[in-house]
Amino acid sequence: MQMPKPNADILARKGEIVARLRQVLPASAVIDDPFETKAYECDALSAYRCPPLAVVLPANTEETAAALKACFEMGVPVVPRGSGTSLAGGALPTEDSVILGVARLNGVLETDYDNRFIRVQSGRTNLSVTGAVEANGYFYAPDPSSQLACAIAGNIAMNSGGAHCLKYGVTTNNLLGVKMVTMEGEVIEIGGAHLDAAGYDLLGLICGSEGQLGVVTEATLRILAKPEGARPVLIGFDSNEVAGACVSDIIRAGVLPVAIEFMDRPVIRAAENFTHAGYPDVEALLIIEVEGSEAEIAEQLEKITEIARRHNPVELRESQSAEESANIWKGRKAAFGAMGQINDYMCLDGTIPVSKLPETLRGITALSRQYGLDVGNVFHAGDGNMHPLILYDANKPGDLELCEAMGADILKLCVEVGGCLTGEHGVGVEKRELMHSQFGGDDLDIQMAVKDVFDPKWLLNPAKVFPLDASEGRRQ
Amino acid sequence: MKPVSEAELAEIVTSAKGSFEIIGGGTRQIGRTEGDPLHTSGLSGISLYEPEALTLVAQAGTPLAEIETLLAENGQRLPFEPYDLRALQGTTGTPTIGGVVATNASGPRRIQAGACRDSLIGVRFVDGLGRIIKNGGRVMKNVTGYDLVKLLAGSHGTLGVLTEVSFKLLPASEATASVLVQEDEATSAATMAKAMASPYDISGAAHTDGTTALRLEGLEGSVRYRSHVLANLLAGEVAAFDWVAQRDVQAFAGLKGDVWRISVKPSDGPALAEALRRLGAETINFDWAGGLIWANAPEGQDLRKALGTISGHATVIRNTFKKHRSFHPEGAAIEILSSGLRNQFDPRGILNPERL
Repeated sequence: MQMPKPNADILARKGEIVARLRQVLPASAVIDDPFETKAYECDALSAYRCPPLAVVLPANTEETAAALKACFEMGVPVVPRGSGTSLAGGALPTEDSVILGVARLNGVLETDYDNRFIRVQSGRTNLSVTGAVEANGYFYAPDPSSQLACAIAGNIAMNSGGAHCLKYGVTTNNLLGVKMVTMEGEVIEIGGAHLDAAGYDLLGLICGSEGQLGVVTEATLRILAKPEGARPVLIGFDSNEVAGACVSDIIRAGVLPVAIEFMDRPVIRAAENFTHAGYPDVEALLIIEVEGSEAEIAEQLEKITEIARRHNPVELRESQSAEESANIWKGRKAAFGAMGQINDYMCLDGTIPVSKLPETLRGITALSRQYGLDVGNVFHAGDGNMHPLILYDANKPGDLELCEAMGADILKLCVEVGGCLTGEHGVGVEKRELMHSQFGGDDLDIQMAVKDVFDPKWLLNPAKVFPLDASEGRRQ
Repeated sequence: MKPVSEAELAEIVTSAKGSFEIIGGGTRQIGRTEGDPLHTSGLSGISLYEPEALTLVAQAGTPLAEIETLLAENGQRLPFEPYDLRALQGTTGTPTIGGVVATNASGPRRIQAGACRDSLIGVRFVDGLGRIIKNGGRVMKNVTGYDLVKLLAGSHGTLGVLTEVSFKLLPASEATASVLVQEDEATSAATMAKAMASPYDISGAAHTDGTTALRLEGLEGSVRYRSHVLANLLAGEVAAFDWVAQRDVQAFAGLKGDVWRISVKPSDGPALAEALRRLGAETINFDWAGGLIWANAPEGQDLRKALGTISGHATVIRNTFKKHRSFHPEGAAIEILSSGLRNQFDPRGILNPERL
């Protein structure tokens, strides 16, 4: 993976740049000690590291604006950072950049149950948004696996999803408004507590723009009344194809579960060894969750299990208690961690049309043999968002490169069957160079033209999303 | 002009001498524009339908009815319940799916299933330079690059001419029931808020003419259960309600005057309605749990004045007197970004000039 050569002039002006930032921000909000900036050298894509020039941690929108304005005037690139949980390197700094972290912006500004929204500062963690409203019977729907740690700012930047988006949608479907600071330091408000803002859907454009159009400091989020109850069913099959066919039949039958999760044997075994969730040793496992009152849950599960039985499941286990439900989810939620116990892994995020599931899984198996690296599959089957985990040995020279080459081939396969490179993690630096396989020149050019409008000097997270050769002329 | 292929359309735009008025079925014309009529109805047909993947891809000029019929035959639907403005605007064309997307047309189910922009997962369009652009795709989750899909939805043909649109679908409901509460406007906001705060998954919440109506959809047993408990909760009754008439605000079709569509946060609805009446609005209809207000107005009345300090926006959907700009004016900072975007997508200013 390549990053642009740092600007030597900026590196040489470090002292002056830090002094200017200290002028416009409280002293505690500016970090330039190399021991401390090291903590910001990477995000969850930890294979790539680079300490930034400095780190600023504003405590409010005004300080954010002051920091951005100063950087704009000095021509210094800024890399926004939520909680640093990006799997795509979205918050990876360059040596000549200032990291703008929103960790201190973690307050709740307003909760309004009559109009069902909450307004928070963007550094607040995903789970603590629900935490702020659950006593009143509400929740915030998007639930990425990293929800304990990840910030709303990052959720907005990457348009994060989660296991339950089959019913509730992803971040963009639950975001009502933002307060955002542009690279020039101007504060703008888009949307609000009402639905569907006037004019162009700038909110939809900001969401998923990977911190390249502005720094979101406040977000108005839709909250929903909690369903009366939820219950998962666990279904094991002796082949991936049959499990895939079962998912198709359930969707075709008009039942819409809130989640359909899929794990294959390597992941099932790892998760079982790690959590002792009681998973059967089968080729493919589905966890399907439905919501509602007791009677509604029973009605939906009856339809689902009837369809599943037609596919001769090896195991079919309806949860009978809250404890059993927790157990069924425990293994799935710990799947990534469990795989991490046995090996280093790289987690992909390609999305495919659900109908191409068996074909894609076969293709991944073939690539696994060709490259000699094992793969585990765990993903959101209802919406086709795959998460192949490629196992490699970080200590073995050449293994990371081999793994990346195989990952690229898997993602190209996802695009070939009609899907896309990333469903919920974002492009970051990880999939940047693969964008050519999904988009033509004009498709990329018009996207970059959008960035030209918001950030004409390309100072905000400039080395992300777009292939370096495509963005080169704009970045200079 | 009526191109029959994307390539032909691109050629027409590339070699344009003047500007175009882009027309799907001509049934959702909001705001003025000038130019040669450019019809998209020649780009018609469903390119892909995978019921088991809840996905549909169609050419932009495909009649909406053709899509809705096919989906209904397969027990599915467009989640966002697009409204039909023909009766209201007095037009006779055939609504197209491209027109639905260009206006982000979304009905009562907006509060539960989202707007058109939430179900739209991919677009192909020809920009103002004649370039063929694709964004998004045919999969439900996609964060690959910027989301121009949402930007194009509701852009009223000013950023590009849509040629193909992709949607995620939902199963149609096995059953539907409505709970009705006979009450005044003044108490309806609280009734709708109470229903929305319940766990019963309301898919429509409207107030019109002394009736507050809440809709429940889903599996049969579930709808029976929820309508029963909701009726008890609200002291209402389970009875029939015409949600198509509500969706299309048919009650306004025969009324005189301009018709405005105003989006605010639901709790601001009653105060706004009072202010609207003071400006001469006679009939007021609430949808989206009170967050969407339809109102008529006599000649010359600018209902935007009623918003005052209330945050929201108002669009003139039927501009009988042509005295007001149809679209809500934006703040200066947003206006700069919007015109900057428009200039990037259509530097010559030839796609639906003056609209928006």
